[in-house]
Amino acid sequence: MPIDPNKIIAMAKDAFPGDEVKLIDMAGDNNHFMLEVISASFEGKSRIAQHKMVYDAMKGKVGEEIHALSVKTKIPE
Amino acid sequence: MQEVMDRIKSEIENNDIVIFMKGNKDTPMCGFSALVVQIFSHLGVKIRDINVLEDENIRQGIKQFSDWPTIPQIYVKGEFIGGSDIAKEMFQSGELKQLLIEKSLIAS
Repeated sequence: MPIDPNKIIAMAKDAFPGDEVKLIDMAGDNNHFMLEVISASFEGKSRIAQHKMVYDAMKGKVGEEIHALSVKTKIPE
Repeated sequence: MQEVMDRIKSEIENNDIVIFMKGNKDTPMCGFSALVVQIFSHLGVKIRDINVLEDENIRQGIKQFSDWPTIPQIYVKGEFIGGSDIAKEMFQSGELKQLLIEKSLIAS
């Protein structure tokens, strides 16, 4: 059962309060998403660490209800 | 489970570049895995491909091993590099080539 994209946004906003969060449906099938998070909390962290923070925010759903999640992390200008 | 972890450890210790992927390097079975194969092929390096679709134990085991929820997963000289998003970014910025040069896997 594909996940409701609003749920993904809610989880991201929960983990990154006040930060900009963008979700793009890559395939139009509610199953392949790209999640972009812009947060100062990424500063000084490796790409792996940054992406892990985003995956962790999804509370174990990646690979389960969320079939594919591409991650893009940025630090605010 | 320990057997799977040992197997994974052995693969990444004995091969310079290991890609845990869906399908194999000649026939990738997912766009993200295909992209990673393409990137390393472009850089002209040999990769050890491990098809997680052939072994559910490896498919789950590698996620636990790396503490990373998605496939593909890239290891260079035993170090976890990330998945396709990171590979793409590092490739585009030149960082990936630089890393391979540093690890003596390609000439500068």
